[in-house]
Amino acid sequence: MKGYNFAYLDDQTKRMIRRGLLKAVAIPGHQVPFGSREMPLPYGWGTGGIQVTASILGAGDVLKVIDQGADDTTNAVSIRRFFARTAGVATTTATAEATVIQTRHRIPEKQLREDQIIVYQVPQPEPLSRLEPSRIETKRMHGLADYGLMHVKLYEDISRFGQVSISYDYPVMVNERYLMSPSPIPAFDNPKMDMMPALQLFGAGREKRIYAIPPWTRVKSLDFDDHPFRTINAPHPCGLCGATDSYLDEVVTDNHGGRLFVCSDTDHCSERRAAGHVGTDGFQEAAE
Amino acid sequence: MTVMLRTRALSKSFTLHLRGGLLMPVLADIDLEVHAGECVVLSGPSGAGKSTLIRSLYGNYRAEGGSILVRHDATMVDIAAADPRTILAVRHKTLGYVSQFLRVVPRVSALDVVAEVLLTRNIDLDTARDKARSLLLQLNIPSRLHPIPPATFSGGEQQRVNLARGFIAGHPILLLDEPTASLDAENRAVVIRMVQQAKASGTAIVAICHDADVRDAIADRLFTMSPYQDAA
Amino acid sequence: MTEPTLLSGRGLGLSFGGITALADVDVDLWPGEMLAIVGESGSGKTTLLNVLSGRLTPDTGVVWYRDPNGQLHDVHAMPAPALRTLHRSDWGFVHQDPRQNLRMTVSAGGNVGERLMAQGARHYGDIRAAALDWLAQVEIDADRIDDLPRTFSGGMLQRLQIARTLVTHPRLVFMDEPTGGLDVSVQARLLDLIRSLVTRLQIAVVLVTHDIAVARLLAHRIAVMQRGRIVETGLTDQVLDDPRHPYTQLLVSSVLNA
Repeated sequence: MKGYNFAYLDDQTKRMIRRGLLKAVAIPGHQVPFGSREMPLPYGWGTGGIQVTASILGAGDVLKVIDQGADDTTNAVSIRRFFARTAGVATTTATAEATVIQTRHRIPEKQLREDQIIVYQVPQPEPLSRLEPSRIETKRMHGLADYGLMHVKLYEDISRFGQVSISYDYPVMVNERYLMSPSPIPAFDNPKMDMMPALQLFGAGREKRIYAIPPWTRVKSLDFDDHPFRTINAPHPCGLCGATDSYLDEVVTDNHGGRLFVCSDTDHCSERRAAGHVGTDGFQEAAE
Repeated sequence: MTVMLRTRALSKSFTLHLRGGLLMPVLADIDLEVHAGECVVLSGPSGAGKSTLIRSLYGNYRAEGGSILVRHDATMVDIAAADPRTILAVRHKTLGYVSQFLRVVPRVSALDVVAEVLLTRNIDLDTARDKARSLLLQLNIPSRLHPIPPATFSGGEQQRVNLARGFIAGHPILLLDEPTASLDAENRAVVIRMVQQAKASGTAIVAICHDADVRDAIADRLFTMSPYQDAA
Repeated sequence: MTEPTLLSGRGLGLSFGGITALADVDVDLWPGEMLAIVGESGSGKTTLLNVLSGRLTPDTGVVWYRDPNGQLHDVHAMPAPALRTLHRSDWGFVHQDPRQNLRMTVSAGGNVGERLMAQGARHYGDIRAAALDWLAQVEIDADRIDDLPRTFSGGMLQRLQIARTLVTHPRLVFMDEPTGGLDVSVQARLLDLIRSLVTRLQIAVVLVTHDIAVARLLAHRIAVMQRGRIVETGLTDQVLDDPRHPYTQLLVSSVLNA
């Protein structure tokens, strides 16, 4: 696009961010400050993720952008178009075809590969922020790996509700050293981060932090020995493709309480349907 | 006979800074020797310094001149020169003291006030309580009082709890300050019996005792003191 | 006695602006021993406590701490992580105001369990059992374990703070007026509790108090402070029954039946 640098950001900024990324990869799970730029969209819409994507994107990359698992929501569509125009890169909705995947709130169901990079949009990079308001103190806690307080939160949940009540942004220990926020992905997706073949990058624009998980790194969801971390599968299959192992969204279908549970990962769902899988609601949709 | 306690040229005075540094000499040139199995009763009029001497022997008052040698384990320790932790060790193992008044510990039962002396000697709670119970019963403190903190006890009862505390550990040296002052005849007889038993087992005892009957019953000899005089 | 000290301060001095808070202070503490630091407000006793515990750095002097392996550490030269670890495991600090130490938005059980979790305890059942055990030891009913501290009385808060501090079995606890601001009857109960726990667990304590009766009841030894200096020190009963320094005599004579 004329008048703009490749992928919108100037080269100095991209270089600065890449240095931050290198440092982040070298210290898995550690939050690296960076000079977050003003982007042509407001904070909270993925400015951190966009800056990271812009800094790593090459002309030959194929970009996929998802929001809540879907390729067709406003945020996903806008960001995909943004890079198509400013970088001229190819875009896709197929997880397997993408080399860079920017995401908000989900990890694709399909296992990622070593030649892929996933970029998470992060609103609050500090996992201890709700427990300890002082930034100086949380920095000290990270420095000393002093994470008893996070376990106090889990303890409180178990004693109050009988289980840990965190359903998304469930804190993880990276490489047995740093406590990290996985961004607001559902706890359901946490196990996908562990020993993932793809490089995982995290960008928080408003909070001006970058962090990373190199490929094949241990990522452990916090838990107690006698209350191990467990994901909860929905009690029913996807209404469209019949998948029983994917994360489902609830869709209200009419004004009479009708509802449909469907895969939140739209690419996963359509790929399965294309392969002939049909859910209980799949025919109805086809019949209508 | 083994010397258990010996003072040489012991002196003690008090400086009252709140009264313009007034100097009050109380003890001078005290030479006292007590052997194992012997009871020495301090005698002399009021103001002769009997209580001051007994408190100095215990290390409660700090002697100014002279020495207070106490047989502790195999050595003679000078209480007048020892550091605080040594004095605590000597008190723990060797030197028992029964003051005139029980210093009340809030909320602790009479039984445990006595038993806790043994707990610091690696004796288990049940054994300690058994021993405390029998000693209290011997001193005519009925069972129903054992679970009650002694703060509400009568003076005589408190003194007997205090005596049980003093006698339970079997210290080789015992200092008794008016052990029978507020006791009736029956309990005085109990105390006399306990002192005689202690002596028979080799305990060296220094006592202050105004009651002539008790004194005659327990004393092997008297150590006579007179009020401090500048001329002396 | 040749037993090595647990904590030793030598030549400690500190001034704030032109005001001398500490001057030439030497302190020794042996394992399992309770040392009371008494004196009136402004005498420097809390400053001394903060210097001994590494929370304040003195202008002059050094504080040595001997770890369980016999290794000596200069408290003010220790790296921050080591000192912090020390404060969360081998040491404890009991504040006059328990709210300074407790997490008021975390349940009683969570407050007691935090130090264990900070040390790596990862078994919920064990942590909860330890919390229940400690609540019992400080005489808080088991059914209050999930209650927030703000529903507790002042005396209960102080007992909860003590449970939270002692749960890791520290060897050394610093206490700053632990019974201050409590009703007399509540005070007596707390004193008795501190006394029995500390004796049973063989914990060394540096206790700052302006209350001579508290020192008399708890401490083996006592140090009397005036204007930043220790003016008299010795066995508690010696110093209180046979005070020598004019200031100690004044202090003792000002108290009824101490």
